[in-house]
Amino acid sequence: MIIVAGKGGVGKTAVTAALAVAASTVGLRTLVVEVEGKGTMASLFESDRLSYEELVLIEAAVDHAGVSARTVTPDDALLDYLAERGLQRLSNRLVSSGLLDMVATAVPGIRDILVLGKVKQLERSGDWDLILLDAPAAGHAITFLRSARGLVDAVKVGPINTQAQEVLDLLTDAARCRVMLVTVPEETPVNELVETAYSLEDQVGVALAPVVVNGVYPHLAGLAVDPERAAEEVGVGLVAGESDLLREAAAFRSARTELQDQQLHRMADELPLPQLHLPYLFTSELGREELDELAAQLVRRIEALPAVGS
Amino acid sequence: MSTTPPGRIGDGAGLTEVTATSHVVICCGSGGVGKTTTAAVIALEAARAGRRAVVVTIDPARRLADALGLEGLTDTPSRIDGPWPGEMWALMLDTKATFDGLVRRYAADPGQTERILANSFYRNISGALSGTQEYMASEKLYELAEEGDWDLVVVDTPPTRNALDFLDAPQRLARFLDHRLYKVLMTPTRGFVKAVNVAAQAVTRSLSKVVGAEVIGDAIAFFQAFEGMEEGFKQRAARVDELLRDRSTAFVLVASPKADTVAEAGYFADKLRENGITVRGLIVNRMQPTFGHDDLDRLSSGGDAARERARTLAGTALGDHYVCLADARQLARGEERHLGGLAERVAPAPVVRVPVQPVEVTDLGSLTHLGDLLFGRSGGDSGPSGESG
Repeated sequence: MIIVAGKGGVGKTAVTAALAVAASTVGLRTLVVEVEGKGTMASLFESDRLSYEELVLIEAAVDHAGVSARTVTPDDALLDYLAERGLQRLSNRLVSSGLLDMVATAVPGIRDILVLGKVKQLERSGDWDLILLDAPAAGHAITFLRSARGLVDAVKVGPINTQAQEVLDLLTDAARCRVMLVTVPEETPVNELVETAYSLEDQVGVALAPVVVNGVYPHLAGLAVDPERAAEEVGVGLVAGESDLLREAAAFRSARTELQDQQLHRMADELPLPQLHLPYLFTSELGREELDELAAQLVRRIEALPAVGS
Repeated sequence: MSTTPPGRIGDGAGLTEVTATSHVVICCGSGGVGKTTTAAVIALEAARAGRRAVVVTIDPARRLADALGLEGLTDTPSRIDGPWPGEMWALMLDTKATFDGLVRRYAADPGQTERILANSFYRNISGALSGTQEYMASEKLYELAEEGDWDLVVVDTPPTRNALDFLDAPQRLARFLDHRLYKVLMTPTRGFVKAVNVAAQAVTRSLSKVVGAEVIGDAIAFFQAFEGMEEGFKQRAARVDELLRDRSTAFVLVASPKADTVAEAGYFADKLRENGITVRGLIVNRMQPTFGHDDLDRLSSGGDAARERARTLAGTALGDHYVCLADARQLARGEERHLGGLAERVAPAPVVRVPVQPVEVTDLGSLTHLGDLLFGRSGGDSGPSGESG
């Protein structure tokens, strides 16, 4: 199981989706779990909105092991949880009276543990080779993942304690679960990623997968040559003003890539984790075509990593 | 040569008026669009216009906090000195300290304060619980606006999944204290309510089995400790709500030109209107330069011609130059497409586009520069630029 986490705006959902496609192409039956249900995941696959019921996003075929997706919300997970323990009557009353809100206030983290408990059950079912959990946005991700440890301490006995302990066992078992952090190559997101990485290791004890750096501008070596000279080299004439435009665009992009490289090096210095770079796509309307491209890149880059078991 | 044609920066004058006349400015929008920085720029602008302004930041990026001298400060305003006729102050919201202050204000005696502050149910509520941050941001805003001697209070709102959490927050605790369970637990067991009470006790017992009796005990103790304070809280919530809807309070939407944040900004604008609140300005941060957008027809590299040339010249230095130009234009065209329609949804509020900045705000100098761009005092040239944070 891989938990994908990152600050808002870094493309966490797109990376989760690309990872799912990549996993499916290398033969893993993959389930994507969304906890916030914003609808972005569905639009990436050009499918219907996700629900608590599993939805097939990519059918199993010769070149695909298949991708399914579903949401896991605290309310639905609680109903499941109580129903499995023969407590439907209590669950109806909890939901209808608003008591659930009160309990959730009394025991912070209970919503999170209900979600993680359900995901743990899916992981245990053996129906999937890989489960990808699209975690809440960064700051909240730490709280979300820390809920298990917090509850083990706060609630000493009873089913909640058992549930929290089992979730904690899953989170801290590097063979079963890893957290994959996503960022973009900019200063603040990189700072936050580094902080989150250390907090997660210290406070949750979870193992980290390679970091995904999304939106990396590809290098264009030719930009080092002035456009006028570059035009002469190939015998192409430029119209008036064109070389200025090209020069300006090149300066803008070079400055951008220079800053990006600084951040990537800094992150490598501060965080000893491999980095998987995904290219900037110059479009924000991602669909299946872009996902397939990102997935292919991911597969290539993961294959290029030094071999380790995960 | 300017990378951004004149006029694209937008209507700085409308925003100037908001900054010059409002008593409260609330910056809202999704996470990661530069909301905190924008709030700081608005406070700075007011100070430059001679007003006494304070900005409440929620979770400033490290560099901005450094620039504002906020490192390690509590939730009391600290003054930022600079060459302007007015005053600029800033503070960082401390959710728990603000909540504690509220409890102190409404407790009947120090004993009640102590009982509440020590209760673990209260500590859970006042900590990281979602919704509390929004509530305390609005509480802090009210405190400053009503009790401080400020010409302008600017507040950055927490990044929230639900656009209306901030508006709704003050009422939420009042509703919570009004909860049926609370009433049932607080009502002495008398004949006519006995049936209700027995049922409630049955639920309480079942719950205790699941989450532990200790937790339920804490919750009951919390409600008991709050006895007598709920009226004060409710009245305060109503006054905060009034302030948010006051004519001198201006809501400013902050967005970036990415598809998802534009969608969220549009949604937020609609929701505010449904609630009878007018958006007074829309600020779109981090616009990419267009590189001759207006000259598309004149130049041979206009439109997709640049992409076409990149293809035919692939592998040469000039080819790389056309890839670079085509990529930049593709990005800028995409942004224009996303923004299409958003201006109409916030009309007649001014729409201000801020070009992407080469570096993050690291000091008052870069904050001042951003202010010049935002309030239309500078040309459209963002210069050779990388990426803002």
